[in-house]
Amino acid sequence: MDAVLLHHDQRTREVWARLALVTDPELDESVTELGFIERVTLDDNCGVDIVFRLPTYWCSANFAFLMADDMRRAVSSLPWVREARPQLRDHMVAEEINRGVSEGRSFGDALRDFASGGSLEEVREKFRRKAFERRQEVMILALREAGYDDQAICQMNLSTYDKVEFDTEEAAHQKPRYRELLVERRLAWLPGDQAFVTYDGCSIKRYELASYLQRLRGVRINMEFNSSLCRGLLAARYREPEGNSAGRTPVDAAPCGGCGSGCAARSVEPPVTAENSAALA
Amino acid sequence: MFITPTGEEVFVIDGHTHFWDGSPANQRNIHGKQFIDCFYTYHTSLSPPDKLWPKDQFEKYSAEQMYHDLFVDGPDDMAIVQSTYLTEFYKNGFNTIDRNAEMAKKYKDRFIVNGAFDPRDGERALEYIHYMKETFGIKGVKLYTAEWKGESRGWKLTDPNAYRCLELCQKLGIINVHVHKGPTIIPLDKDAFDVHDVDHAATDFQGLNFIIEHCGLPRLDDFCWIAVQETNVYGGLAVALPFIHGRPRYFAEVISELLFWVGEDKLLFGSDYAIWTPRWLVEKFWNFELPDDLKQEHGVDLTQQAKRKILGLNAARLYGVDVEAQKGKLVGSAHATAAE
Repeated sequence: MDAVLLHHDQRTREVWARLALVTDPELDESVTELGFIERVTLDDNCGVDIVFRLPTYWCSANFAFLMADDMRRAVSSLPWVREARPQLRDHMVAEEINRGVSEGRSFGDALRDFASGGSLEEVREKFRRKAFERRQEVMILALREAGYDDQAICQMNLSTYDKVEFDTEEAAHQKPRYRELLVERRLAWLPGDQAFVTYDGCSIKRYELASYLQRLRGVRINMEFNSSLCRGLLAARYREPEGNSAGRTPVDAAPCGGCGSGCAARSVEPPVTAENSAALA
Repeated sequence: MFITPTGEEVFVIDGHTHFWDGSPANQRNIHGKQFIDCFYTYHTSLSPPDKLWPKDQFEKYSAEQMYHDLFVDGPDDMAIVQSTYLTEFYKNGFNTIDRNAEMAKKYKDRFIVNGAFDPRDGERALEYIHYMKETFGIKGVKLYTAEWKGESRGWKLTDPNAYRCLELCQKLGIINVHVHKGPTIIPLDKDAFDVHDVDHAATDFQGLNFIIEHCGLPRLDDFCWIAVQETNVYGGLAVALPFIHGRPRYFAEVISELLFWVGEDKLLFGSDYAIWTPRWLVEKFWNFELPDDLKQEHGVDLTQQAKRKILGLNAARLYGVDVEAQKGKLVGSAHATAAE
């Protein structure tokens, strides 16, 4: 492979790595892992086109906007990128969102034809809370599993939290993610700070933990269910469902529109992960 | 009638069915195409492979087929058929009350036809409620808050015009309000699937029952929180139930959560026909056992009595159906036999 292509592949991988940090706020999972990114294309002027699609035409406009805007920011932060252009397709307000994001407008401004004003801060905050609670529940249950009693969990400080090692993949995955939100929200950042507090910064009493966990369980079950639903819908919308015997033709099996311009050669698909392929399992 | 593997009869009211026309001939624009395509995606994603329909059949089916799928091949004794207009997307509407009532009158004692209104119509919405009560004798309505209308991209139950409509419904004895929280675009700064307007409306209209379709999904957690506080809030199981086939663990978690917060007296079976057909759903539901770890963790169980309530008795209570009398009326009709 020649040096130019190698360089190109390296940069494409960098873009995918940045996109992996963008989450669907509703699911608290990465947009790359969810399969939302259809393709990434680099042009000769250090511009990056990111084509993405969602499980349905009707997915929340505000989340679609947030994801598009987050993708633009994440990819633009690479030092060599001059312009990142997210392109949502097959969505009820794709045109408004694409134009709004490319012009750096706010959501309320981009969709002002439907209503005036409005920012997305309240929505962002609502789902940041849910993400925090989902991650926190995973960690509390993992600590119980590892033999910590409720008293120890409620009193655990950040330094102790950092030292705990977890066997399960989910706990290992969520451990730094939970910590990240603790620090970001300034709920805990010094070694002696309590590692398990509510999103509003209150201590959790040992005797309150059981009822507190009942509520967090609902948050987690809802998110996991939605994630499963979204993955299934996306797979059914864009690919042949596994084990389908009805003889349907796939809606859009080609990774790229197949326009024949040669762009496909420059597109790089994400590696198929076990999780992606298990969407319909 | 569903007959269990041990020979017992279970009375089934399918709480959520449709008789729609989503065919290309009726589609007004791209949104009409995308709407039925989205339903078809749900159908293909969650149905067992041998229950998949071809696209054209899914877009438009006959009254005879519906009757067969629900009552002959299917185990339903009765079905609530919901009305959803979507006149911005479909030339003759998606499934209007007139279309539903026309179909229902061919099959005596089988269907409960629900109406629909759009509070953004103002005075005309009130007149329409009167018309539906007088013409069709409705006991319930289905409200789709994400419906587009002109420049509007959705509405809330707490809008002043919606309150006027709900007041009239309460006065006329249209007591069952099925709410489907589809994605709204406005208000722009709110969660598109927010269910909190149900909370306010349920508090203010104690004479109405609010049946939240899909249990508020994708906001199950918020829905449970509301339902536990409001005695007149119910959950419809459509969309959650089909998970019982491909992803039973998720279904188990969701139903455990619902039994814990909402309770077995306030959940209603619905196939969401024609997105799914009732036979496989009811068979799998009847045979479904909660895993022990969830029983223990949530402190709930999905007993046969709970299943009977969910499959029919709860809906019978809401709609004033006398189950024994109804069984008498339906004697001689074809019914499904139990799965082996």
